[in-house]
Amino acid sequence: MGAELISIFIVAIFIENVVLSQVLGLCPFIGVSSKIDSAVGMGLAVTFVLLMASVVTWSVQNFILVPLQLEYLQTISFILIIAALVQFVEMVVKKTAPALYQSLGVFLPLITTNCAVLGISLINIKKGYNLIEATVNAGGAGLGFFFALLIMAGIRERLDISELPETMKGAPIAFVTAGLLATAFMGFSGLV
Amino acid sequence: MQILSAVLVLGILGFVFGAVLSFASKKFEVKVDPMIEQTLELLPGANCGGCGYPGCAGFAEAIVKKGEAATLCPVISSINRKKIEDLLGLNKISAPDKKPVVKAALVKCNGLDSDEYKKFEYMGVPNCQAAVLLQNGPWLCPHRCMGLGSCATACPFDAIKINQKHLPEIDEEKCVACGKCLLACPKQLIEMVDKEKTVHVKCNSTDRGAETRKVCKVGCIGCGLCVKVCAYDAIKVENNLARIEYEKCVGCGACVAKCPQHTIIMENRPGFKGRVAVVDEEVCIGCTICYKVCKFSAINGGTPKEKHSIFPGKCVGCGLCAEKCPKKCIKMVDKA
Repeated sequence: MGAELISIFIVAIFIENVVLSQVLGLCPFIGVSSKIDSAVGMGLAVTFVLLMASVVTWSVQNFILVPLQLEYLQTISFILIIAALVQFVEMVVKKTAPALYQSLGVFLPLITTNCAVLGISLINIKKGYNLIEATVNAGGAGLGFFFALLIMAGIRERLDISELPETMKGAPIAFVTAGLLATAFMGFSGLV
Repeated sequence: MQILSAVLVLGILGFVFGAVLSFASKKFEVKVDPMIEQTLELLPGANCGGCGYPGCAGFAEAIVKKGEAATLCPVISSINRKKIEDLLGLNKISAPDKKPVVKAALVKCNGLDSDEYKKFEYMGVPNCQAAVLLQNGPWLCPHRCMGLGSCATACPFDAIKINQKHLPEIDEEKCVACGKCLLACPKQLIEMVDKEKTVHVKCNSTDRGAETRKVCKVGCIGCGLCVKVCAYDAIKVENNLARIEYEKCVGCGACVAKCPQHTIIMENRPGFKGRVAVVDEEVCIGCTICYKVCKFSAINGGTPKEKHSIFPGKCVGCGLCAEKCPKKCIKMVDKA
């Protein structure tokens, strides 16, 4: 059991990295990766929301949708859940932990529509994980997103000060970098 | 039955979440300074970051809490800026007669367009940086505006158009003095100047007069006539180039009339030939103030109670006498 969970965790971080091999959540990957500070904030926020969302969506799926044979409502109800959850979390954090809100708060609304969160919730169901496995998978995916964003931000901070052809500056070189990173992450396949 | 349960489940889910959120928004409400919210509403809301703060919300907080000036926002309309200042009670403290300088871009080139002022016909990539790389551009004058519109492309507010004469035209209504065009111009021809000022030196050539004359008919030759004619000491010639000190310039147009090269121009007045003072002799009491104030000996009459008159040949139209006349009997009229 323990070994299985570790394997799910490692797979989620490296082999099936949510950004670099499943290509989910590309918008923040390009958008929020220009500075390491904001990349760390965004990565932590996504990890946090992923964990909460996968617990709630798994419960809704297995305690409400499956007994009522309404599995086809999965996507729409998950979107509803994630949006409401993020809003709720934002309010709670703002009230109870202003310091945390200062560093994470601005990113929370961005996550409302992040397809990585929805994607991982759906994958949890598709793979038939139980609650613990789903949570571990979500945590791994969140960490994977965090690492990918951090690596990208580190590279882009260096790219900013390096000499580039005018046409490659900004988004073009970011896309090339993302492609190379994804290729590099392919090397992890076969690890587990 | 199926459809009913689907509708019910989604409906209930939605309702529950809605209820939780509305409850949470009351329960976890954080009191924000209402001034910050009101300030935020008055800001443009474009979140452009031009002020140096992360978005309009961050800037609104800085205005209210740190006392940052609303003028940092390059886009805000003067009406809204004033509203913010009213809101914070700033207008009562600051001096009421000191109005903020609103700037707009000014292109320092009068450039002539005909083929005789060209070295060659440029057919390359249509941007100024590329053109400069090739023989320092297609124009004879090394300082002439390339006229390929890199500034117009750089302008985020669509305030620059390239006109028929291959010169940029600035729409002062749209210009917010963000400075993007300054950076785009490879010849450094653009300067930010107070919008209210109307007299400008439209040349940036520091070459000697003889050289400038060879390549341009409307370029500054550094002759210094404008310096002599300026009653307000507002023009200097440095490196063969006249420069207006805008803090001193009152826009009388004496230099515009005097400039032999027509380099100095009066905005929106293409045929401006200068002004001349006219005394209304019925009102004049012969106080001699105008006689004393004139720097060009253009006023007749030094004996008290003698009505004054102007020597039109000597008057440069600076307007000093009209300003000083206690009876307001001197009018400045345009020369025909």
